[in-house]
Amino acid sequence: MTGLFSEVFLGALMFGAVTAAIPLLLAGLGEQMSEKAGVLNIGIEGMMLAGAYLGFVGAFYSGSLWLGFLTGAAGGVAVALIMALLCVRIGLNQIVIGIALTLGLEGLTALLHHFQFSRSYPRLPAANATVIPLLSDIPVIGPAFFKHHLIVYLALALVFGMRYLYRHTQLGLNLQAAGDKPAALDVAGIDVIKTRTIAVLTTGALAGLGGAYLANVGAGLFIPFISNGAGFLGIVLAMLARGRPVWVLFGALLFGVCLSLTTAMQVAGINIPTDVIQMLPFLAVMIMLVLFGRRASLPAALGIPYERGTR
Amino acid sequence: MSIDTPSVNATAPDPTSAAAARRDILHRLLMTLGPILAALVIAGCILLAVGVDPLAYYGYVLEKGLFSPLGIQQTLTRMAPLLFLAAGLIVAFRAGMWNLGGDGQFLLGAVTAAASAPVFVQLMPAWLALICSFLIAAAVAMIWSLVPALLRGYQGVNEIITTLMMTFLGTSLANVLVKLVFRDPGTTVPQTRTLPVEDRLPRLFDTTITSGLLLGLAAIIIVHLVMTRTAFGLKLRIVGANPRAAIHAGLGVPGLTVAVFAISAGLAGLAGAVDIIGVQGNVRADWNPAYGLAVIPAVFLARMNGFAAIGFVFLLSVLSIGGESAARRLGVPNHFTLVLVSIVLIVLALAEYVDHRYNQSRKA
Amino acid sequence: MFLRLWAFMGSLSSLPGADTCDIVALAGVTKRFPGIVANDSIDLSIRPGEVHVLLGENGAGKSTLIGMLSGLLQPDEGRILVDGKVTQITSPRHALALGIGTVFQHMMLVPALSVAENLLLGGPWWQRPRIEALEARVAKITRSLGITVKLHARVSELSLGEQQQVEILRAMVRNSRLLILDESTSMLTPKGIDELGTLMRRLVKQGLAIVFITHKLKEAAAFGDRISVLKLGRKVGEIPPERFRALGEQEIISQIVDLMFGKQKDDPEAVERPIRKVSVEAAPLLQVTDLAAAPTDNAPGLSSISFDIRPGEILGIAGIDGNGQKQLAEALAGQRVTTGGSVRLEGTAIEMLSVGERRQRGLRYLTDDRLGEGTVGTFPVSINFFLKQVGAPPFWRNGFEQRAEIDKRAAQLVREYDVRTPSLKTPVARLSGGNIQKVLLARELAEGAKVVIFNKPTYGLDLANTLASRQRICATAARGLAVLLISTDLEELLSMCDRIAVIASGALVGTVENVDDARTRVGRLMIGLAA
Repeated sequence: MTGLFSEVFLGALMFGAVTAAIPLLLAGLGEQMSEKAGVLNIGIEGMMLAGAYLGFVGAFYSGSLWLGFLTGAAGGVAVALIMALLCVRIGLNQIVIGIALTLGLEGLTALLHHFQFSRSYPRLPAANATVIPLLSDIPVIGPAFFKHHLIVYLALALVFGMRYLYRHTQLGLNLQAAGDKPAALDVAGIDVIKTRTIAVLTTGALAGLGGAYLANVGAGLFIPFISNGAGFLGIVLAMLARGRPVWVLFGALLFGVCLSLTTAMQVAGINIPTDVIQMLPFLAVMIMLVLFGRRASLPAALGIPYERGTR
Repeated sequence: MSIDTPSVNATAPDPTSAAAARRDILHRLLMTLGPILAALVIAGCILLAVGVDPLAYYGYVLEKGLFSPLGIQQTLTRMAPLLFLAAGLIVAFRAGMWNLGGDGQFLLGAVTAAASAPVFVQLMPAWLALICSFLIAAAVAMIWSLVPALLRGYQGVNEIITTLMMTFLGTSLANVLVKLVFRDPGTTVPQTRTLPVEDRLPRLFDTTITSGLLLGLAAIIIVHLVMTRTAFGLKLRIVGANPRAAIHAGLGVPGLTVAVFAISAGLAGLAGAVDIIGVQGNVRADWNPAYGLAVIPAVFLARMNGFAAIGFVFLLSVLSIGGESAARRLGVPNHFTLVLVSIVLIVLALAEYVDHRYNQSRKA
Repeated sequence: MFLRLWAFMGSLSSLPGADTCDIVALAGVTKRFPGIVANDSIDLSIRPGEVHVLLGENGAGKSTLIGMLSGLLQPDEGRILVDGKVTQITSPRHALALGIGTVFQHMMLVPALSVAENLLLGGPWWQRPRIEALEARVAKITRSLGITVKLHARVSELSLGEQQQVEILRAMVRNSRLLILDESTSMLTPKGIDELGTLMRRLVKQGLAIVFITHKLKEAAAFGDRISVLKLGRKVGEIPPERFRALGEQEIISQIVDLMFGKQKDDPEAVERPIRKVSVEAAPLLQVTDLAAAPTDNAPGLSSISFDIRPGEILGIAGIDGNGQKQLAEALAGQRVTTGGSVRLEGTAIEMLSVGERRQRGLRYLTDDRLGEGTVGTFPVSINFFLKQVGAPPFWRNGFEQRAEIDKRAAQLVREYDVRTPSLKTPVARLSGGNIQKVLLARELAEGAKVVIFNKPTYGLDLANTLASRQRICATAARGLAVLLISTDLEELLSMCDRIAVIASGALVGTVENVDDARTRVGRLMIGLAA
C-alpha cells in the first residue's frame, strides 16, 4: 500500500489526470462559447468523434501529430458547419439536430473505422513530450504538469485566452449579447446569425481538437465511440461553469483526477470496480447542486433560434 | 428553453370537411415517407462509398428485419422496451422537460428486475412475482429521477445537465450493482442470476414474440390518451407549453414536475424490466444497449404523438434487427443504422421546414 | 380604389429633386404580411430640425414602417430615398451607417452588460472596446443634452426611463441624423414624458430629425412639428408645420380626430364616468392589511400595503411602471409568496390559500401579460377559456375531457364577449391583442367572481378594444363586484375610479378620492411629494 503514496505514483496520477482532463477542457470551452452565444450544442459528442477519427487519419497517414490535430479540428468544424446551417441559419430545433449529429457521427466513424482499420488496428507512436526545464524537476508537480505534449500547454493557455476574449474584446461582448438579447445585437448592426455561426464553428474546432487529442495523444489509436461521453461531460462542465472559462478548467481537472484514479487503481491492483471511482465526480457535482442548488444562470435566449423582426 | 409542443387540439383538422382531413393525412404521409426515401438514398451513397451495394444491403435488412418469420418476430420483440421508453419520453417532452437520463433509468430498472425476479419466483406464484419485479423496477427508476425532478421543480436547476449526469451515474451504479451486489456466484463472467426461461414473460401464441410487446403498446396508447384526453394530461401540456401560464392558472408546477419525472423514469424503468424479464433473463456487466438516446429521435419524428411513435419505433426496430443480421453476413457493422436514423432525422426536419416555408409563402 | 390613386399621385410628387431638404423620404412604400397589407403606398418626408409625429392606433402600420426604416424589414413595393437617392436599407447595420438610429418600443439593451458595453456593441469584432474614448464622447453629448447616464451600471439595474435615455444616447454616439422613437412614452411617468419632450426639442435644435411614434393625441399635439396620421396601413393625412403653428392645441387635436375617426367624436378617449352608488356602510369585499413581500433580483418587494374595496367600487392603483404593481397583483392572486399582512375576502382570511382556492372563492386576476402568462398561445381558443378550471366539471368528468361541453360553453362565451376568431380551434396566439383580452375577460368574469384585479387592462389595445374593455370593467363594478384597477395611464384611472391609491417602490404612498383636484394630487404623489 505504500506505493499509493509514493512520489512517483502521485506524479503519474496527476499526469494522467491532466491527460484525461484536456479533451474535457477543450469540449467544455467549446460548448461554453456556443452557449454564451445562445446555441445549445448537443452535437458536440459527434464533433469530438469526427475530430478523433479525422485527427487519427491525418496523423496516421502524414506521420505528423500536428497535421493530425489540424485535420481533427477541421473534422469538428465540418460537423459544426451542419449544425450552424441547420440550427443557426434556418432555426431547426437544436436538441433534435444535436442528437441526430451525435448519433450519425457515432455510426459513421465506427463504420469508416470498420472498413479501414478493423483488421490492422494501427497505433501511432507515443507522442513526444515537451519537457519544460526547471519546472519539470519539481517533485510530483513537475512530472504531472510539465512533461506533456505541447498541445496540452496550448489548451491550458486557451483558458486564459478565452477569459480575455469574453472580458476584454468586442467579440466577447457580441457573443454575450447574441445569447442574452440577440435583437439588441442585431439593431446594433452586428449580424446575429454570423456571430452565432462563429461561435458554433469555434465549438466544432475545439471539440474536434479534443477528439484528436483523445485519439492521438491519449490512446494512440482510434476506436469506435472513443469519446465515450466526453462531449456530454463538456456540456455539463459548460453549464456548471456559468460562462467562466477558469471554472471549466477546474471542473475538467476534477473529472480528470477521477478518471486517472481508475487507471491507477487498476495498476495498483486494488479490487474496486472502476465504476465506483467513475461515479465520484458526478456524485460530487450532484451533491454540490443539491446543497447549493442555485439556479444555473443560462443565457436568456439559449436554444431559441433568432429570426429578425419577431419578438 | 422553449420547445414547440404541438397541441393535438390545435392542429386537428376541422371535422366538418372530411376531404380536407383526408388531404391532410395524405400530406402528412407524403411528408413522412418522402424524406425517409431521400434519407435511404443519401445513406445508400455512403454505402457505395465504402464499397457495399446499397440495394443488396437494404434488401437484406428488410428481409431479415421484416419479411423473414424469425426476423419479424425479433423486430416485434425488440419493440417492447423501446415502446416503454418512447411512452416515457412523450410524457416528459410534452411537459417541456428534457429527460435525457433515460439510459440510466433503463439500466437501473433492468438491474432491479434482474435481481428481484429470480428471488420472487421462488417465493410466490410466477405472475405475482413478475408484477412485483415490474413494480419495484419502476419504483427504483422513479426514485433515481427524484433528484433532477426536485432540483428542477423547486430550485429551477436545468434538467438537461442533471439528467445527463444522473445517466452517467446510473450506468456506473448499475455496473457496480451487477459486479458487487447481485453477482451470480455460479458464473465466471460478472452477471446477475439468470431468470429461467419458463418464468419469463410468456411468448405470444407459437411465436418467439414476447408478450411484453402488448404491454408496451398498452403503455404508449394509455400515455397518448392521458396526454390528449384528460385533465392531468392537459395540465402537463400547459406546463410544457407555457410554464408561466401554468403558475398563473394555479397549477402546482413543482408537484407536476416531480410527477412528470416519476412517470417518465418509471416507464424507462419498466422498459428495462420488460427487456430483462421478457427477453434477456439477466444483466451482464457493462451491458448498455443505449436505447434511450436512440428512441429520442423516434419520439421527435412522431411529433410526440403516441400512435405515430409506434410506427417510428417499429421502423427503428426493423433497422436495428436487420442491421444486426447484415453486420454478421455482409460485414457492414450495425452502427450503420445510427447513420441512417440520423440522416432520416435531419432530412425530416428539413422537409418540415421547407413545407412550413412553402405554406407561409403561399398564404402571403 | 380612389385612395390608391390618391396615394399614387402623392408618390409622383415626391420624386427625387422634388424636395431636396428631406433626410429620408418614403415614396409609395407597401409592405404585406400573410393575410394583411401592413403598409399601403405610404409617402413620408422626414426633415432635419423637425419632430415628425406618426400617429395611429395599434395595427395602423407604425411598427412596420419603423421596421423598414431601421433595416429590419424590406418593402415589397415603393422606394426609400435617403438624401434624395433611392436606397435599399438592407440591415440594421446599414441603417446605422446611413445615420438612422432607432429607439424601439421594446428595450433593445442587453441586460447583463453594462451601459458602456451596450453603447460599444457593434464595433469591429477584433478590437478592444474603447471605453476611454467612449467616456469622453458621452460626457460631451450628455452635457449638451443636460442628462446624466451611469456608464458603468448594469442595464438590468436601471429604470425604464434611464434605459430609454441610454438608447437615445446610443443613437447620438453613433452620429445619427435621424432618431426614431417608437412608442417611447408608454413606459414613462408624466414627468418623464415632459422630460422626453424637452430633450426632443434640444435635439431638433441641434439639427436632428426625429420621428416620434405614438397613439396618444395629446403628445402628438404637444411635441410635434408635423403630424402624419396612419390608419389601417394607409396614410390618411398630414398636418404640415405651417398649419401646425397656426393652430392651437385643441384645434390640432380636433383636426387629428377628424382624420382618424371622422367628425362624430370630440375626444375619443374620454369615457363617461358612470354614476354608481357605492354604499359607504357596506362591508368591504376585499380588505388588505399591511401586506408585504420580499424583493427579488428583478422586482421590488412590497411593504405596508393596506386598502379595502367595497362592493361596486373601483379602486385605482396609479404609479410609475415597475414600482411593484405586478407584484401587488400577484401577491393578491396567490402567485407570489408574501412575508406578512393579511388579505380578507368577505371577511375570511385567504392569504394562506393557493391560487386555485382564491379563484374558487371569487378572487380573479386579469393579467397584463396576455400571451406570456395569461394564455397558452399554441392551444385553441376553446381550451384557453378554461385554463384556470382544468379538471372541473362539467368540462371534465372523472378527469376526462368533455369536448362537447367545452365547445358549447366556449361558443357561448365567444358570442357573449364578441371574440372575433376564425374558429374555436384557432390557436389563441393568432388572435389580435384585443380579442385575446376578450378571452381573458370572459374567463375571469365568469360565474362566481366577487373581486377582480385588472392589471393594465388596456395596455397595447387599440381604441375600440380599449373602450370595450373599460366598458366591461365599469359594468363589472356596477354588478356589485369590487374592482382593483392597476394602470399606468392616469387618464384611464381618473375616468373610471372612485378612489385612486398611488404605489411607489412597492408601498402605497397615499389614497385620493377621485374628485376635482385628484389629477394634481395623484401627480404629486407619483413624483414623491405629499398630496
